[in-house]
Amino acid sequence: MCGVCGCGNDDGKATITLPNNKEQNGILEAHDHGHNHGHHRHHHHSHPKDGSKTIIDLERDILNQNQLGAEKNRGYFDAKNIFVLNLVSSPGSGKTALLEKTLTDLKGKFDFYVIEGDQQTLNDANRIDALNVPVIQVNTGQGCHLESDMIYNAVKTLKPVDDSILMIENVGNLVCPSMFDLGEDKRVVIISITEGEDKPIKYPDMFHGSNVCLINKMDLQPYLNADIDKIKDYARQVNPHLEFFEVSATTGQGMEAWYQWLEKNKK
Amino acid sequence: MHELSIALGIIKIAEDETRKADATKVEKIELQIGALSGVELDALDYVWEQAVKDTVLEGAELEIDFVSGKARCLECQTEFSMEKVYDNCPKCQSYFKEIISGKELLVKALEVIKN
Repeated sequence: MCGVCGCGNDDGKATITLPNNKEQNGILEAHDHGHNHGHHRHHHHSHPKDGSKTIIDLERDILNQNQLGAEKNRGYFDAKNIFVLNLVSSPGSGKTALLEKTLTDLKGKFDFYVIEGDQQTLNDANRIDALNVPVIQVNTGQGCHLESDMIYNAVKTLKPVDDSILMIENVGNLVCPSMFDLGEDKRVVIISITEGEDKPIKYPDMFHGSNVCLINKMDLQPYLNADIDKIKDYARQVNPHLEFFEVSATTGQGMEAWYQWLEKNKK
Repeated sequence: MHELSIALGIIKIAEDETRKADATKVEKIELQIGALSGVELDALDYVWEQAVKDTVLEGAELEIDFVSGKARCLECQTEFSMEKVYDNCPKCQSYFKEIISGKELLVKALEVIKN
């Protein structure tokens, strides 16, 4: 089990892999835990009580290590003017299909890079690779979310150029990824209309921490008759600042507005 | 089940600080966990014993300072307590608010035995 994030890999390592038909020399250990912690700001007051007992006051954020890694990533992305999105959702909402559609339509306009997070398989990376977009797969093993050091290591292999857009597709899970900042500019939560209108209040943390909500599979609306306003109302209760786009990755419906948002928000 | 990640993060901090203090064992660890932090106390309890086995925290007393959620309404400035991140202002019903407590997730202090 990994000593920092608790991902269940017995050897304590998430794996980073290039897609099937690429050279495999890009395999890295995602968890380089040998960071130097020598310069972190902390107070170390010792109050000797009864001889051998000492109280150490810390007030230390438990997610401190991930947060420091996220800020390191953010600095790198800022310096290279790379716009980074963290795509989060439950499994099966259509994250990969949305990515495929977006990349297909916009790859002539922007330089895209993709990091795919899944517990197992290279399937998603292979789908992106088929579009000739540079991609790295991070397999977290039993781990339920990506962490900032996995992104750091993936980016070292991916080597995104200046002024590009990096899309990070997180592990399909509406709970755990919400707590782990990766260094992204914006977090995009995807909900499909097959999932039930009350998902935003069932899993509020993810909607609370996101900037944009893509409502996907709108092409199925004639069969489902989902209450889209209700989805939005619930989501706004959790996060009144959310921006919504109703889209279908399959038909392309509504994608133009999402593309405009992307263009506008890219630095 | 990110509570295991949280437990392992706590252990990492405890191990590092215990070593720095030239101590070998933690008698007591104090955590501060907010109601809106995203951590389920029951789930943390569930993984705790197994996670701390063979670490400096094995057998240590675990004290959790639970911080309830509080927010300030951005429309009418009313301060109110909240249990869920989607609770709204009881006075004007607005959902626009600033969370002022409840997001805490801290190791407050360690009580260690010096060599």
